[in-house]
Amino acid sequence: MIYQGKQKIWADYQKEIPDDHWFYVRSCIRQNFFPGAEHMFLEICRNVLGKDFFETEYHTTCGGIAYHCDTIPQETVMTIVARQFALMTEAGYENYVASCITSFGNYAEIMETWREFPEVETKIRELLWKACRREFKVPKYLAHASDLIYKYRNEIAAKARFRLVNRHTGEPLRVVEHIGCHYSKMFPSKGVGGAEYPYVLCGMIESWGGNVIDYPERRHCCGYGFRQYHVKANRGYSVSNTYKKFESMEPYHPDFIITNCPGCPYFMDRWQYVIAETQGKTYGENGYGIPVLTYEEVAALVLGYDPWDIGLQLHQVAVEPLLDKLGVEYDPDAKYKGLDRKDIMRPELPGVLKCC
Amino acid sequence: MDFGFKISPSSAINLDKVDLGKFEELHKAEPDVYKCMACGSCSSTCPASRFSGMSVRKVILDLQRGREKEAVALMRNCMLCGKCTMVCPRGINTRHLILSICRIYMEDGK
Repeated sequence: MIYQGKQKIWADYQKEIPDDHWFYVRSCIRQNFFPGAEHMFLEICRNVLGKDFFETEYHTTCGGIAYHCDTIPQETVMTIVARQFALMTEAGYENYVASCITSFGNYAEIMETWREFPEVETKIRELLWKACRREFKVPKYLAHASDLIYKYRNEIAAKARFRLVNRHTGEPLRVVEHIGCHYSKMFPSKGVGGAEYPYVLCGMIESWGGNVIDYPERRHCCGYGFRQYHVKANRGYSVSNTYKKFESMEPYHPDFIITNCPGCPYFMDRWQYVIAETQGKTYGENGYGIPVLTYEEVAALVLGYDPWDIGLQLHQVAVEPLLDKLGVEYDPDAKYKGLDRKDIMRPELPGVLKCC
Repeated sequence: MDFGFKISPSSAINLDKVDLGKFEELHKAEPDVYKCMACGSCSSTCPASRFSGMSVRKVILDLQRGREKEAVALMRNCMLCGKCTMVCPRGINTRHLILSICRIYMEDGK
């Protein structure tokens, strides 16, 4: 196909994403924050869409958090990553998909470094061989898991039980999309839509029936920023960033926020509690907060999975008002039932932020 | 509830609402003020900086942002030793600049 004019410019921001056969690596922190998200990603890709996704219990952290906190040098990170690539090579895969945004940025940075400085790659190959007698091939294709849900968005929409439409008013839900900084701000060409027009989450929202909200601080960081949060003395910076974002989006009355990063949903979710306790302010309707969901959770919701099976009870901000708008059926008594209906105990309710 | 940290007050400055009349006056008297690239050589060499926070770089930035009170408060710590003039890579006569700032911004001129 010949692209011309604006079509050609837009084509430069697109990614050709392979359809099938992926080696999947999980995030360090997402499984603790929102454990249903990664589970639902594999469930949707494997069982709903019938794709081939392989994961191994032998993979480790990518070293991204320590790297971005300046506690380990890049050679160490590269050797850790080389081992992950070796696992992929041993499993017979060539397409590598990361669940974590920082991992994605980390892999992109390392692959770009090796392309630019082949002698560094040679050195890392030697280090890996000395460390664990493994060899690796560089992935043919690197993607973030949200790229794949973006690619499959229309297939998901075709199978969806619910659309992102307020069933009381018939209006599309107003959705804030928040892209993780390491997705496209480090290597704009690696993300769908680049750094200027990130489209990966917008595409999902539009396909599933919602309306994307544009607001002044749309591309502002969520506030996590590793060193801002991990150093306790800096946590004021972290919550201040989140506060700035919420103050900016408040006039647009979003129904929920969709994110594609491990840290963003966690901090935008939990900091709403801290803002409520310290400032006495809540951003949702009737004293509730604005639910912050991962893209896998939203995909699972529109496909009709039980909200408690996808881990929505682990969010600080109550999701029930959103479920009511979507028309999703749920059993309030089952909210704190785990596997086999085992009671997982109830959290202490906050004083200001209203929770169901 | 005290979490041990809190929301920092916004440091955003709306330049549309800042009156830069005096800064323009300063620019007429000292055209070199626009040459400053905020390298900080003046601040690092300032003998008053360690004890009082004096920094010519900060003073210029404050004045550009309309934070006149903060700039004047800093200015009062200057001893006019002239070390900043000696190290400025842009050759700005910072000592003369400081005297002009005092004349324009300090009501009593001292």
